[in-house]
Amino acid sequence: MSLLDFAVLIGSLLSIAAYGIWLTRGRHNLSAYLKGDSKVGWSTIGISVMATQASAITFISTPGQGYQDGLGFVQNYFGMPLALIVVAAVFLPMYRRLNVYTAYEFLGSRFDGKTRLLGAGLFLLQRGLAAGITIYAPAIILSTVLGWSLNLTIILSGLVVIIYTVSGGNQAVSVTQKYQMAIILAGMAVAFFVLLAKMPAHFSFTDALTVAGGFGKLHAVDFSLDLNRRYTFWSGLLGGLFLSLSYFGTDQSQVQRYISGSSLRESRMGLMFNAIIKIPMQFFILLLGALLFVFYQFEQPPVYFNQSAWKAAARNDPAGKLRAVEAEFAAVHAEKADLVRSWLAAKHSGNSQAEAEARARAGEAHDRSEALRNHARSVLQTAAPGAQANDADYVFITFVTEHLPHGIIGLLVAAFFAAALSSKAAELTALGSTTTVDFYRHLLRREASEAHYVSASKWFTLAWGFVALAFALFAHMAENLIQAVNIIGSIFYGVLLALFLVAFFLRRVGGTAIFWSALAAQCLVFALYFTLSISYLWYNFIGCAACVLFSLILQSALGPRGGQAPADAIRT
Amino acid sequence: MKSLQDSSTDPGPERRGDAGVEDTGLKWIRTWRGVYLFVFCCFLISVALLVALSAVFS
Repeated sequence: MSLLDFAVLIGSLLSIAAYGIWLTRGRHNLSAYLKGDSKVGWSTIGISVMATQASAITFISTPGQGYQDGLGFVQNYFGMPLALIVVAAVFLPMYRRLNVYTAYEFLGSRFDGKTRLLGAGLFLLQRGLAAGITIYAPAIILSTVLGWSLNLTIILSGLVVIIYTVSGGNQAVSVTQKYQMAIILAGMAVAFFVLLAKMPAHFSFTDALTVAGGFGKLHAVDFSLDLNRRYTFWSGLLGGLFLSLSYFGTDQSQVQRYISGSSLRESRMGLMFNAIIKIPMQFFILLLGALLFVFYQFEQPPVYFNQSAWKAAARNDPAGKLRAVEAEFAAVHAEKADLVRSWLAAKHSGNSQAEAEARARAGEAHDRSEALRNHARSVLQTAAPGAQANDADYVFITFVTEHLPHGIIGLLVAAFFAAALSSKAAELTALGSTTTVDFYRHLLRREASEAHYVSASKWFTLAWGFVALAFALFAHMAENLIQAVNIIGSIFYGVLLALFLVAFFLRRVGGTAIFWSALAAQCLVFALYFTLSISYLWYNFIGCAACVLFSLILQSALGPRGGQAPADAIRT
Repeated sequence: MKSLQDSSTDPGPERRGDAGVEDTGLKWIRTWRGVYLFVFCCFLISVALLVALSAVFS
């Protein structure tokens, strides 16, 4: 990175953060600190919801998914528009009517205190784990770009996020997310157009799609009923519906974003904006990855995209095995590039037989180059046993640092950091507010001043920041960041969602029945996760269905009024 | 202090929105049911376009 890149990076991020802190200085009221002034319009809510979900992982890891597996990952989001409709129609009006700070206050009001604590506890557990991974993602960028140690980068970037979040509060999060999102969208759009401009001369957009499609990268929808396939239309629709319903309906990091709207209309419009925009946005990011794949058919890619790990291993490889793999990969890649050119030339000439032959030969060469990449990973892991097998997370950042002009590199790195800050800030605020409202204020200090609760919220946010930081230091064990976040979510979200669905739709089920059913269903999900190999998205459905079923059976056994504990009152 | 029971007795402006029939403030779609239908149609169109893309370039 040049001085210009650093100026763009530091100038854009610090000015946004400073503006947010300045705008919200001197907040001593709990409602203002946790919800803002409740004057937020739909566009701010819509962007804030989007920015909270779209973390740095989305912009670093998703193009790598597109590069490696094509567009299939977009199916993960098929359930989201339907889920957002349910949230806007059912969940949101209830939260606003009760004027809650957290979603789990509603569980206390509908069931009892222990169910509220269970819901809040499940949220804190899964979000606290996932929060570590979202600190890890931007640390990859810095460690790759600047050549810093990964652990040092995790600690430094984590501290920046913590300071910004604790001093900013919820309104600062919403305000800064708007400007951060502008940087993110500008950065991704610039990367997309620069990538197209860097394709070979006389190479049209249709040619790029032809090559990507020819290598199976544009196969976006798979209607297979095979449960073992990770991404299918059905797992995306059903599993994605439950995952999104849980995330948007019951995860405080999202609930806190949309309950701060100035009216029900503004909050609903913000959610509907996301329902429409999310699938096209994910498609665009995955397409960027698929086009990166096309770009690297003509430009020599590294045999392993995590170049810092590769170079470190090569220094401890006296036999030269890594260099030998690199040389062989370069030779196969050059051959493949010629074959792809022949394939396109045959296509342009209208010779369908020659086109089919060249395409088949290019496919064979691609299989050989992929086999060499796999071989390179195993050689790397032999030379450096701690190295990751998957380098997909490094594909996009490698392109950014090696092929984008100075200034634009700074913009893209700023975009990644803006995404990290925006989602991290929302997560930490939600963790802090849930701990304050559902545990501290509910169990320990029922009557204290507003300033005391604001101060407690800041301390809890700070503590969660350090917990997330500690988990981030172990996140390198996860093969792919975005999958790791979704897997953690899928394990807990099904049961969390069931608590709310039973609360809304099964009025005869009481607190004791749902509490023990939720614990049993969570144990079942853990047991299945460690024994089955089905797509993780199904655990959202399994956990939810099991909890609902158990609660109905248990309530029947307890009798109509059996095990009903007094409901909590909601404090405003 | 406000409880679920308290608020349930008074529908209020937010409550009336639950039915999904109140005005959305939009020019072309007046009810929330209409907005939800519009969003669902956008979803169907997105899936159809993705299926078409898969078919054309596979």
